[in-house]
Amino acid sequence: MATETLTLGKALNTGLRKALENDPKVVIMGEDVGKLGGVFRITDGLQKDFGDQRVIDTPLAESGIIGTAVGLAIRGFRPVCEIQFDGFVYPAYDQIVSQVAKMHYRSQGKVRIPMVIRIPFGGGIGAVEHHSESPEAYFAHTAGLKVVSCANPQDAYTMIQQAIASDDPIVFLEPKRRYWEKGPVELDAPLSGAYPLHSSRVVRTGADATVLAYGPMVRTCLDAATAAAEDGRELEVIDLRSLSPLDLTAAYESVRRTGRCVVVHEAPGNLGLGSEIAARITEECFYSLESPVLRVTGFDTPYPASRVEEEYLPDLDRVLDAVDRTFGW
Amino acid sequence: MAKGDPGVSGRGRRAAPRSRKGTTGDPQLVQLLTPEGERIESATGPDGTEYRVDFTDEEYRGLYRDLVLVRKLDAEATALQRQGELGLWASLLGQEAAQVGSGRALRTQDMAFPTYREHGVLYCRGIDPIMPLGLFRGVDQGGWDPNEFKFNMYTIVIGAQTLHATGYAMGVHMDGKTGTEDGEAVIAYFGDGATSQGDVNEAFVWASVFNAPLVFFCQNNQYAISEPLERQTRVPLYQRAGGFGFPGVRVDGNDVLASYAVTRHALDNARLGQGPSLIEAYTYRMGAHTTSDDPTRYRIASEVEAWQAKDPIARMKAFLTNQQIADADFFAAVDEQARTESVHLRERVLAMPNPEPVTMFDHVYPNGSPELDEQRARFTNYMESFEGSAH
Repeated sequence: MATETLTLGKALNTGLRKALENDPKVVIMGEDVGKLGGVFRITDGLQKDFGDQRVIDTPLAESGIIGTAVGLAIRGFRPVCEIQFDGFVYPAYDQIVSQVAKMHYRSQGKVRIPMVIRIPFGGGIGAVEHHSESPEAYFAHTAGLKVVSCANPQDAYTMIQQAIASDDPIVFLEPKRRYWEKGPVELDAPLSGAYPLHSSRVVRTGADATVLAYGPMVRTCLDAATAAAEDGRELEVIDLRSLSPLDLTAAYESVRRTGRCVVVHEAPGNLGLGSEIAARITEECFYSLESPVLRVTGFDTPYPASRVEEEYLPDLDRVLDAVDRTFGW
Repeated sequence: MAKGDPGVSGRGRRAAPRSRKGTTGDPQLVQLLTPEGERIESATGPDGTEYRVDFTDEEYRGLYRDLVLVRKLDAEATALQRQGELGLWASLLGQEAAQVGSGRALRTQDMAFPTYREHGVLYCRGIDPIMPLGLFRGVDQGGWDPNEFKFNMYTIVIGAQTLHATGYAMGVHMDGKTGTEDGEAVIAYFGDGATSQGDVNEAFVWASVFNAPLVFFCQNNQYAISEPLERQTRVPLYQRAGGFGFPGVRVDGNDVLASYAVTRHALDNARLGQGPSLIEAYTYRMGAHTTSDDPTRYRIASEVEAWQAKDPIARMKAFLTNQQIADADFFAAVDEQARTESVHLRERVLAMPNPEPVTMFDHVYPNGSPELDEQRARFTNYMESFEGSAH
């Protein structure tokens, strides 16, 4: 079995290539996805190999990208749309929320929109405004959409193919600050036997506290766990992977053992994923909890100027601080 | 059903003695049948295209029957709303010719993307007229299969469907289904208000640069709820097409023959691979925006009366009568058929069952969701807890 070391970005590129190879109905569309290969080069070389009818450079109109993809999906295609940056998805919001998400429901199952909407999300790259946002709660709050995020190259490679193969409309959030991180990727493993797309996964075991994260914060939490171990405290880290539907089975099991839980995300705390997760864990694990579920999140400000984003973004120290607080209750 | 092709002559058509080459008083307007029922042999569009139709008598009568049936069923739906049987109804009154003309111009393989008022086009596509009443009664959200009937679900968000139509048309092109006479074409319906939407303008851009086989069919009924056309545009709407790089034409939307001719021409151009075009069907919404609206607050009676004189059915009836294509027996039979069908429609609406509450959980996702399964189970248990109770 071929295992290669790839960056997360290259793993996505390889996964997209495989999807284009496996199904002639898969089309990639977005701004600069063709000759340029996308501003992050995630579609690098794909137009050259599959042609401009499979990898389509679109006009600069996000509602147009999603709206025309709806029509292509009705026609029987499987569009994979790239939104160039998180902060540019909002012009497409109506098409995503009112059209993509509802088509199957309204038609009583007669119309499927097997669409993937790829969005590089999150901060930490020193970008100007509108390039570092975490819009996941808007989409996770919308019935009819599924929302996933990958955190490592292997998942990037597998999950993008699973998302494309799924008939559900899926918002696929890519942790842009992790595009350049490397890891081993099994390239030949069959999709049918892969770990389920909408399942969370324990990525580090530990008995003292449970830490839940997704996307770019998984690496941060793993680093925090390493640091905590040096102080003699074992953190269990769970990569949620699927934000809608949420799979908290492993989290419940873990919290019942540890009695402590910290949820970490970059998005603002108010009504973020962490709030929902805290509510559910409280309902399910009430008698096991030694302290309230704590959240480590971005602040309820607009995403700040990049010179202060390190203070805005949850980091190793803020995660450990929250873990400490669960022990101080 | 009318199947007459523009430019095909003969087939028993009676020569119309007063036919003439068209001048309607409005050089912008393509018209083949005047409000008085006078037949115009051909009319010239802004790009020099000659429009004409050549129907058999049976086809002319078929178009008239369509117009009358569509109006009667629409009136029945309005009445059902007034009696509390529908939550809302968006009447097409006054726009029958634009819808029947364009709807009958579609070939079997063509795909239509409607707004929420295209009951006439829906009828032409062979969909049971009960279907949209389920939506407006509130028992479902539109029940027909868009791919079976080549008629997409109604779209209530203004202009959103024009992008869907554009994408679908791009797909037709990618499937290699253009460039021949039996190719496929797509039609996108929208109104004058929608022309201000970003989605419609984006659709114009996309259709243009991808040369999509698409007809943008704008029914300019002069009002977007209360706002008159002047609030949406300073130029005639059909002229917008020029800036996007494709042809535009204004047709008398109360003239079923001209609506048919321009739509058939535009669809055939599209299927042959000549790209998109815009049709502005110039018409008037004789009724309210919906049954929740009160048009007396924003428009004057004399304006409505002036448009009443341009009624699409009256002019067709005058033409059929004058040319002896139909007689009193025929008109009586059509009226009787319309009455029978509307009574039948009413009976079926009243018999529509409310959906089981638990069905609200159905079809949210093709692959389902464990979260929703859990909510459904909890809801079911909750509902069952009332069984046998007085409440």
